Amino acid sequence: MKFNSLRVAGFVLTISAVYSFAGTSAIAVPPSKLSSASTPYSADSHIMSQASKKADGPAGGAKQFYVTVNDGELIQDAVKAAKSGTTIRIMPGTYSETVYIDKDNIRLIGVIVHGKRAKLDGLGKLNDAILYSGNNVVIENLYITGYKGNGIMGQAGNNFEIRNNIIVDTGVYGIFPQLGVNGIVEHNVVSGIEDAAIYIGMSDNIHVAHNDVFDSVAGIEIENSRHAIVENNNVRNNTGGVLAFVTPGLPIKTTYDVIIRNNFIIGNNHENFGAPGSIVAGIPAGTGILVMAADQVIIENNIISDNKTAGILIVDHGSAANVSDDPESEPNPDQVSVLDNTMLNNGYQTIATIKELMALESRDIQPDIVHLSKGTGSCIANRSRYKTVGVAGFTDCDFNNTDHVVSYLLDEPVAPRTIEPSERGQIAYLGVCSGCHSYNGRLIGPSIQTIQALYFENPEGLVAYISKPTNKRTDYPEMPSQAYLGKETLHAVAEYLLSRTK
Amino acid sequence: MIHSLISMAVLAVMLVLSQADSASASSNFILDSNCPRGFQLVMGNRCKLRTLYQFYSSTQNRGMGGTHSNLPKHRDGFSPQQIDLGRYLFFDPLLSGKQDFSCASCHHPDKGFADGKGHSVGANGKPSKRSAPTLWNSAFLTSFFWDARVNSLEQQALGPLFAPHEMNNTPSKLLNSLQSSTTYQRLFSDAFDNSATGLANQSLSIDNLVIALAAFQASLVSLNSRYDEYAHGNHDALNQDEIAGLNVFRSFVARCSECHTPPLFTNNQIAVIGVPEDDGDEFDVGAEKTFGLSKLKGGFKVPSLRNIAETGPYMHSGNFQTLREATEFYNKGRGHAVPKDMDLTLHWHISEPDLSDRELDLIVTFMRTLSDEKFKPRIPTQVPSGLMPISQKQNNKKIAQGDNNEI
Repeated sequence: MKFNSLRVAGFVLTISAVYSFAGTSAIAVPPSKLSSASTPYSADSHIMSQASKKADGPAGGAKQFYVTVNDGELIQDAVKAAKSGTTIRIMPGTYSETVYIDKDNIRLIGVIVHGKRAKLDGLGKLNDAILYSGNNVVIENLYITGYKGNGIMGQAGNNFEIRNNIIVDTGVYGIFPQLGVNGIVEHNVVSGIEDAAIYIGMSDNIHVAHNDVFDSVAGIEIENSRHAIVENNNVRNNTGGVLAFVTPGLPIKTTYDVIIRNNFIIGNNHENFGAPGSIVAGIPAGTGILVMAADQVIIENNIISDNKTAGILIVDHGSAANVSDDPESEPNPDQVSVLDNTMLNNGYQTIATIKELMALESRDIQPDIVHLSKGTGSCIANRSRYKTVGVAGFTDCDFNNTDHVVSYLLDEPVAPRTIEPSERGQIAYLGVCSGCHSYNGRLIGPSIQTIQALYFENPEGLVAYISKPTNKRTDYPEMPSQAYLGKETLHAVAEYLLSRTK
Repeated sequence: MIHSLISMAVLAVMLVLSQADSASASSNFILDSNCPRGFQLVMGNRCKLRTLYQFYSSTQNRGMGGTHSNLPKHRDGFSPQQIDLGRYLFFDPLLSGKQDFSCASCHHPDKGFADGKGHSVGANGKPSKRSAPTLWNSAFLTSFFWDARVNSLEQQALGPLFAPHEMNNTPSKLLNSLQSSTTYQRLFSDAFDNSATGLANQSLSIDNLVIALAAFQASLVSLNSRYDEYAHGNHDALNQDEIAGLNVFRSFVARCSECHTPPLFTNNQIAVIGVPEDDGDEFDVGAEKTFGLSKLKGGFKVPSLRNIAETGPYMHSGNFQTLREATEFYNKGRGHAVPKDMDLTLHWHISEPDLSDRELDLIVTFMRTLSDEKFKPRIPTQVPSGLMPISQKQNNKKIAQGDNNEI
């Protein structure tokens, strides 16, 4: 998956058909097949199609079933009906709904026809456009506007791909994957967001590239996350451009190993319109890059210009407004490396705190780089090319590029935990069955001994029953179906249950 | 001389009576050699928790996130005998100074292991400053008491045992009471003797007492709610309103799940949300005192929402009687109830969500799906001391006027 974004960009360019699919998973489907797109999706209209090449984005390359959602239908109905490995193609039209995905291997792909996209419109009333907690979720080509909460929000889904979406005037965050591992956010255009346009929260192994983010309070924020690359983005006219934060009070306490490189970070002077009390509401307008308490942040080869407070601001928690206190959170930015960047016309109208800091050093400049913390181990390359405040303690960097790091995305998707069938049976038995069944007495349901007598040497029969229970005993409540456990676990638990001796 | 003989005789009779009493009771007490439900007995006679959440992983293995995230690190590995001894101790009023008060008095299994009070009432009959929290899923917590002032179940247990306004015992008196029970001597020996020392008496100690209480509390696991069924993949387990409620709950407008994060429905952090005290009550600084950090003034642990429908009233001093009122608090505006002269660093997720009445109802509807008491333990009909297992006395005592005691 190296050079993922480049290849994707190339792919978009080569598509000349009316139907344009961006993304690694895209398969050129002949228009004849797409004719079924005009009929409502249903199980019958699934286009069974085998991926002809192995997709290699973070979400992996599972075989796909295809369904199509047309204007006037609900995307959520298609998600509800979808099994793992379904690509849901969303035709142009307006969809006013919150789409939630609590299952794995689902792809929501907008179909762009003559430049027209599927539009998710929150009408200023709906909360979030898309919420997912499943793994291997892909969201592409949508136009999202008018939601109160987030455009796209991930809650602990791993291996996500969020690509080529346009998100306008939508609530708090445009794109917010939280608590996920191994994900890519690229080629999105996000604007008019009252917090961060793209916000990576408490996540690992992340790639944010080729996005255009503007007119928001924060452009791109990497918060309490590790192994992240932010590159080739256009970050303009936000209050703050790119942020690398440790926010205190969150359950994951660190941010480190973040590379911010090859971005345009231009004129981020937008008036701060963050919600009162939000952490970004404390960001001074005109901040290009803001490193707060994050460690091992490398800033390389960006063009950072026309940010009126400072090009790069490196601070601890103490100097930030609206930030709580957390005894488990280390407040200083350590081992920050500022390599070669092109910095121009920053700090021309800076804030009082920075002026005071300059006065202490008896300097009166328009600062490119400002450092204010007790952090250690930081370095700067070619310091004489920048106008700086507070970096006397920075050493000269002993490296000058990050070329050896192409991507922090994982070579394979994060795999589900492997649990042996024997262990599956035991876990399901103790974790679920034992709530209602004891070995030798009635609880909510009949005893295990009774069940063993009924299904002696017949685990298949037991699986069939617990998958679709019918009420056999009038004096007992009806058992809920356990089919959701999946075939493998059902068989394992049946074997395990029948083998109990106490 | 005669007097003393008579008194000795009386004493002897009493001794015989009490021994006879405890002897007959004693034979009834045999510690369970099976683990509680949900636990597997593994090598070394230890009980290990088994839950479907062990099928999943999580970012940085912190045990939080979405529907398919594992749980935070937890306490288990106690022996079945330690857990069962803990159960007897938990319900035994012998543990309190006046022997009229057990752990279960404020953490009653039929009240969600809480007591249904905003200000729990201790042995002195007076309402304390805070509300007794539920013990469900305390195995997963990293700090205890509302202000997060201790970090283990064992340390926690020492608090109420010896607090004058709670169980009001002293270590020496408690040890004495336990040692005077031959049953407890035997049961502690059964639960803690590893024959290495060969000294049976050493197993009966305050240290082992709190281990047994921790063992029992760590067995109070609630992870089989209808929400859990949904999370594991049965999307029919919740009805349409409940799913709509889940979506409001985890939306970035309501932001409930940002702190009440699944699967435990807490992130085990401290949050300053600006809940008011009852009229006339002094402002409770909470975690500020624990950590000496002014930005944590008025901060309290984020409680788990599991079994929340069973554990009202809500917040650290029971400020809200119903879940609906507690939910509505977050919709009434950031800092709306903070006293005028109070400078609080409110949590950044305390916002102005502007949720509709319908959405507030839906959140409550969803929270009710988090109830599961399938693994509720058996309340012993008798306890080794021979006292009534749970004294209801203090529940009927007239509540005296308040003092500021911390739970």
